[in-house]
Amino acid sequence: MSDDGHVNENTSTNGLPATQGDSGEPIARRRGMFGANNGGDTSGYGGLDRTVRMPGASQRPYGGYFDEVADELEGALEEQGVDPAEAIERTVVDRDEVTFHIAREHLPVVCRTLRDDPALRFEMCTGVSAVHNPSDAGRELHAVYHLRSLTHGRLIRLEVSVPDSDPHLPSVVETYPTNDWHEREAYDFFGLIFDGHPALTRIMMPDDWQGFPQRKDYPLGGIPVEYKGAQIPAPDQRRSYS
Amino acid sequence: MTTHATRPAEARETTEGPVYTVTGGDWDEFAAAVESADDERIVVNMGPQHPSTHGVLRLILEIDGETVTEARAGIGYLHTGIEKNLEYRTWSQGPTFVTRMDYLTPFFNEAAYCLGVEKLLGITDEVPDRASVIRVLLMELNRLSSHFVAIATGGMELGATTVMIFGFRDREYCLDVFELITGLRMNHAFIRPGGLAQDLPPGAIDALREFVKTMRKNLPEYDKLCSGNPVFKARLEDVGYLDLAGALALGATGPILRSAGLPHDLRKSDPYCGYETYDFEVPTTDTCDSYGRFLLRLEEMRQSLRIIEQCIERLEPGPVMVGDKKIAWPAQLAVGPDGMGNSLDHIRNIMGTSMEALIHHFKLVTEGFRVPAGQVYTAVESAKGELGVHMVSDGGTRPYRVHFRDPSFTNLQSMAAMCEGGMVADVIVAVASIDPVMGGVDR
Repeated sequence: MSDDGHVNENTSTNGLPATQGDSGEPIARRRGMFGANNGGDTSGYGGLDRTVRMPGASQRPYGGYFDEVADELEGALEEQGVDPAEAIERTVVDRDEVTFHIAREHLPVVCRTLRDDPALRFEMCTGVSAVHNPSDAGRELHAVYHLRSLTHGRLIRLEVSVPDSDPHLPSVVETYPTNDWHEREAYDFFGLIFDGHPALTRIMMPDDWQGFPQRKDYPLGGIPVEYKGAQIPAPDQRRSYS
Repeated sequence: MTTHATRPAEARETTEGPVYTVTGGDWDEFAAAVESADDERIVVNMGPQHPSTHGVLRLILEIDGETVTEARAGIGYLHTGIEKNLEYRTWSQGPTFVTRMDYLTPFFNEAAYCLGVEKLLGITDEVPDRASVIRVLLMELNRLSSHFVAIATGGMELGATTVMIFGFRDREYCLDVFELITGLRMNHAFIRPGGLAQDLPPGAIDALREFVKTMRKNLPEYDKLCSGNPVFKARLEDVGYLDLAGALALGATGPILRSAGLPHDLRKSDPYCGYETYDFEVPTTDTCDSYGRFLLRLEEMRQSLRIIEQCIERLEPGPVMVGDKKIAWPAQLAVGPDGMGNSLDHIRNIMGTSMEALIHHFKLVTEGFRVPAGQVYTAVESAKGELGVHMVSDGGTRPYRVHFRDPSFTNLQSMAAMCEGGMVADVIVAVASIDPVMGGVDR
């Protein structure tokens, strides 16, 4: 996207996946079979034990058009009496994409500003995607919005994190009517409650369904199958290496 | 009967025993109230099993006479949990699942997914040129086959069965090419992270040249049959109206957005797979209606043929998978006496001569490759609009979360705006011009 020579820290220059830096805070710890890459254990019995870190906050300059978007957004928020430092929790630039982590109470004003400010003009929202991170205490559920500016040819990402115990965040349907179905989908599968949505009901699952199927603690289900005489376990019971 | 909820049924004695007359509760008043109201509001369920609603789409229409006063779509009848399933498979098993989402645009699904994995891995620039050219080729062929189905089913729903026969005939030519190249008519899983499953088979170029020639001959038939046809125009013109403001607000992309006059196409605005180097145009109309979308699809097919011709010209011999042996799928496929399978030469090599190759093969197939933690959004311009993928990796061998922003799902939201206030018969035309595929809507 940007050709300013921005190098992604998570990718070494020869294009191979590099070992991850400790740029972000740990959000989970995974244990599994094989794949141990710490220390001198070559026996294979140590098993996998690794810490999951997402890319951490970036410092300016972000590169490309990201600085311009950040400046404009901060300025426009200030004009409306919103403290940008409070609304934008942090900014992450990774793999030539920018993510603004937005405090949930400020999401509607941020979206409205991003859409209406002539210098920003993100006319199109491509919907909301949710991510469930059960081990990231206090920030278990994430709502991720991708906004596209047709006027300026830009793409940014907004991310809002809410705790599982209080999965409420404001709806942005008023600003982006296209999110009507997308927010229903995120509610249906993850139990995110979008306050102010005109009719937040299930959209894919039957109306009387219990639970939120795409949460990590919801089982995939499945039965073992026989293939050429061998029993192949259900997909969620198979050996995992990650 | 000893107790009565409301009042006892009246009984009178006859020679054959008592006859009870059951009149319950306040139903008399209720029926009288309905009779005295003189409106003809009826709620009609169209679908989910209805031949003209494009698959298992349920339309809930409130109609007043012949006019639709409110329209809502009920979806979810084809939900298969593909996004959740992906979280339990390795990154390279993904294409097998995503190709089944919008089953009329399998190559777009695969390409969007693979571009996402490649971006997460940081190997976007290392995908060989030949692989990118073949990806573009397949995607444009796929645009043709998807538009053919859109026009064919749209015609069928109008009762124009000749259009349907023509559309499916020409789609069959596309599927023949798919079958020659990938071995399958649908559900190909041919585009893989890092490149392609295999190279073009012998004779593919000749078949493609022949295909382009056939299409150049067949495409004008749609113009002759439909474009100027007064009956066809009368059914489509000013039906399914959605202007630019409506399309942007509802997030509609693809032919719907372009029929409102905005030449937005990700192949131009956010190129991928080298689309910026191809010479083609983005057609638009400003009619905002179904007829405009029909004309657009025809014109887009002509542009796709141009791109296919350019692809054929620029195919140079070379690899179709990244060189990195820690990512490239190791199996070399070949046609044996019992059908397509692992190449015997490859098996001889890994079993007999190269232990290193055997280890790589084993590790990649059982365990898969690791993808550094992070998230990306990649989007391709599918035949129906912006097909976006939001992909999150936690650093493991399986996707942590994959979300598809399917254009059919978003575009179908505009159904209510297009249909309300129109005639019932026009609902069919409007939905056909959206071209929703429920496999993509419900995933």
